Amino acid sequence: MRRKRIAPAAVIWLLVGAAYFFIPLIATLLFSLRKTSTGHCCSLAAYGYIVHDPQFWSTLRLSFQLALETIAISLVLFVPTVYWVHLRLPRLRPVLAFLALIPFVVPPIVLVVGLLDFYKGSPQWYYGSPYGFLATAYVILAFPYMFFSLDAGFRAIDVHTLTEASQSLGASWWTTMFRVILPNIRVAALGGAFLTLAIVMGEFTMASLAAFHTFPTFIQYVNETKAYPAAAVSLMSFGITWLAMLALLMVGRGRPGRVQIAGGH
Amino acid sequence: MKTGRRRLPLAWLGAVPFFLYALLFLFIPAASIIAGAFKDAKGHRTLSNIHQVFQSQYIDAFRTSIEISVVTALLGGAVGLAIAYAALREGTPRWIRSGMTTFSGVAANFGGIPLAFAFIATLGSVGIATQFIDNVFGVNIYNSPVNFAIWSKTGVEITYLYFQMPLMILVIAPAIDGLRREWREAASNLGASSWQYWRHVGLPILMPSILGAMILLFGNSFAAYATAYGLTSGAIPLVPIVIGNFYTGDVLSNPHLAQALAFGMFVVLGAMMLLYVPLQRRASRWSR
Repeated sequence: MRRKRIAPAAVIWLLVGAAYFFIPLIATLLFSLRKTSTGHCCSLAAYGYIVHDPQFWSTLRLSFQLALETIAISLVLFVPTVYWVHLRLPRLRPVLAFLALIPFVVPPIVLVVGLLDFYKGSPQWYYGSPYGFLATAYVILAFPYMFFSLDAGFRAIDVHTLTEASQSLGASWWTTMFRVILPNIRVAALGGAFLTLAIVMGEFTMASLAAFHTFPTFIQYVNETKAYPAAAVSLMSFGITWLAMLALLMVGRGRPGRVQIAGGH
Repeated sequence: MKTGRRRLPLAWLGAVPFFLYALLFLFIPAASIIAGAFKDAKGHRTLSNIHQVFQSQYIDAFRTSIEISVVTALLGGAVGLAIAYAALREGTPRWIRSGMTTFSGVAANFGGIPLAFAFIATLGSVGIATQFIDNVFGVNIYNSPVNFAIWSKTGVEITYLYFQMPLMILVIAPAIDGLRREWREAASNLGASSWQYWRHVGLPILMPSILGAMILLFGNSFAAYATAYGLTSGAIPLVPIVIGNFYTGDVLSNPHLAQALAFGMFVVLGAMMLLYVPLQRRASRWSR
């Protein structure tokens, strides 16, 4: 039998999708290359303006540090929990899966209102610091992504056999965790970490309402003041999302697809 | 008499750190919103915030938010489904499928301020596409009769579709993949046309997944703050924007009103979740 050719209707829909994806990016690129003085192509001045702004580097650094902190807390909190649930508390798994849907009902705009209200008057090192307030909130945002990624990772390995084998050879819980379990779920943990990186690097809602100056709030500031540099920095932000997603794809090559859930826009 | 000794449920202790964290940073703050929505400035119990939410300007915000969410969920859902099917159906080369997954993963996670600016650069009053249409067709879409504006409701909807369509693609692709070839073959062996196959087999099986995905899309749009803020600088009356204006604006007003609005969002999204869970259960019936 001859292989079927691609259907004409399929071509049209795929072109529609590709156009919707690329046109805004191309427009942003053209915008970012315009000369500030004339408004015509081509100049890299907008990019120069951005990289010479000290705010760019400081907010980028802050967002990156927040992403690393969020990833670290998430892994320390969720890896042992999901491991333990798979090993000893399988009845709790549906509960966790349900909890992972809660951030859908309590989106960032709602959660930040609750956090700002409940933690008002708490110590300044927490309430007044992005490394305290924002990081703890971002862990909640990251939870669904981390959970579904880790859950798939743990389901793909035989937790019981690995643990028993490790322990019958005399390994402590600590050794089992670091030498046996972690290497086996590395891909799942990295996948969750890259998704978290993308989320935190782009999170605007909570940072803005809590009045912290992160990378996305810097983009908004440029957005309101300078058109061409705003295009340049928007494109850079898009590049960060790209890198995180490519990294996710690289580590997850040849594995079953991850679960995608609604994000914070 | 019990024959065996019950073991102390020490295993439960292992889940305590996680639940403690969720309690401190998710459940208690969420509960404080609900409590705060029913308090006045002095901390007395009151229904006045809730009454105020039902006042015209706030209820209008809910109406606009829900309208935008329904439009982008239906439109994004339908187009996303068509694109996903186009990429996954027989005859489409394999590389298109993996390309689509990658691009969708990027686009679904690309939102907020940069996305808003990308659409301002495209369809803003001096945007590339706006100027292109003006030069080629001689129509300025910002003037009559089109009267388009990127900061309008339509502008927000067009922008939201950028992340709604790829989210639909990502969520629905596994369900489309789950349609087994044997079903199609069985239908055509029994003499069914392509249309009859979709009408009686394909769509009924996909329907719970489609509806579930559209609920996710609804929530995704309903909760979106950053993109709308970037497009309109906080000028469009959506519920998240109105809540945000309580915190970022200069107007120092009743924080309990913001909590009442947040409580309202919570109620709408909670109702969506109640619809979603049984749909998802229904959808997983056919999964391999």
